[in-house]
Amino acid sequence: MRLTVDGVEHELARPGLATLLHVLREELAVTGPKAGCQQGSCGACTVLVDGAPRRSCLLPAAALDGAEVATVEGLGAAEHLSPLQAAFLEHHGFQCGFCTPGFLVAAHALLERSPAPSRREIEAALGGHTCRCTGYLGIVEAVEAAAEAGGAAR
Amino acid sequence: MALADVEVLVPGSPEEAVSAFGDGRDVLVVAGGTIVMPELSAGRLRPRRAMLLGRAGLAFVVRSDGTVTIGAATPVAALEDGDEPLATAARHLADGEVRAQATLGGNLCAPPWPETPTGDLQAPLLVLEARVRSAGADGERTEPLETFLGQSRDRLLLDVSYDDVPRRTGYAASWRPHAVHRTILAVAAAEREGELRVAATGLAPRAVRLRAVEQSRDPADALVGVDPSDDALASGWYRARQLPGLLEQALAAVAEGAA
Repeated sequence: MRLTVDGVEHELARPGLATLLHVLREELAVTGPKAGCQQGSCGACTVLVDGAPRRSCLLPAAALDGAEVATVEGLGAAEHLSPLQAAFLEHHGFQCGFCTPGFLVAAHALLERSPAPSRREIEAALGGHTCRCTGYLGIVEAVEAAAEAGGAAR
Repeated sequence: MALADVEVLVPGSPEEAVSAFGDGRDVLVVAGGTIVMPELSAGRLRPRRAMLLGRAGLAFVVRSDGTVTIGAATPVAALEDGDEPLATAARHLADGEVRAQATLGGNLCAPPWPETPTGDLQAPLLVLEARVRSAGADGERTEPLETFLGQSRDRLLLDVSYDDVPRRTGYAASWRPHAVHRTILAVAAAEREGELRVAATGLAPRAVRLRAVEQSRDPADALVGVDPSDDALASGWYRARQLPGLLEQALAAVAEGAA
């Protein structure tokens, strides 16, 4: 099967029932998505599948033949942060950083479909993501600032 | 057997899905995956064969000729703006990312988890008098959801339908706060031409109708014939004390004609 991850096309041997998260981290060494709860409750593994945020720990990779996957690693680079990543940095939108890839990907998807979201929309879009450091206020403020600064543009 | 070694079937049509399912004894059906994938990752399920339903053409909501028909692989998110009380239950299930992936079929067919209730959509569909079309060893059949819930293990759910008629509905639930709220107990009610149906999710592994309350319309009859079960979310004792209050709210909404 074929899978495009952050713009790079891969040919995969039969993945059986392995999750997309397993394939990304263990086979393709794309370690941005984190293996948190691995039961769909925390959001640390969220990636974009054909543009929509999905929990990669809940997705059988075999269901995704031909799909385009975007992870946090495709949103920007250390030398060229996206407006959203820059806003997370400026507004202290992370502490330990474990949940950050999922929050960034989910917030990116939100800003792509709703460039000027209300606080309620932001809370709804990120409501299934857990930050064990409880840095939620900084995260929400970062998304609001990113929207003002140009949305999700990579 | 490692997950990578499981034989995976990806049917491209409902007919191919029915053929691949066969008698259902040797194949794990994966629709959205939100319930079974954690079981697989934790090693609690180890099938030899699995069938992924995502490309089988079973994701649709059709309203025609006085009937609403919903395909088994329809995402829960597609039900959020539909008929009550199904829509309210759908909106409160997990979070948006999970609702976009979780399916109607999984909600009705996946084995109940030992730790928490699943099947938030079951009670609303019971009060909508839903019918289930499924396939299995003895071919295809359509039966009431209540019958199907008792024997879904060896059946492939194809779609669910209910009459597209006016109803007065109510829904009340209690949730345990988490990153996503878990439903401890939920009551759905619907009245159609004076006939009341009431059902609850969270009292037992599968949703159940509360027939005594359907007859009397009195929340005091909540526990007639009902023995609420314990799990990691709440005890049966706690659920028994929540049930009359939730019934009162749901029945009040029916009386007011509100959703």
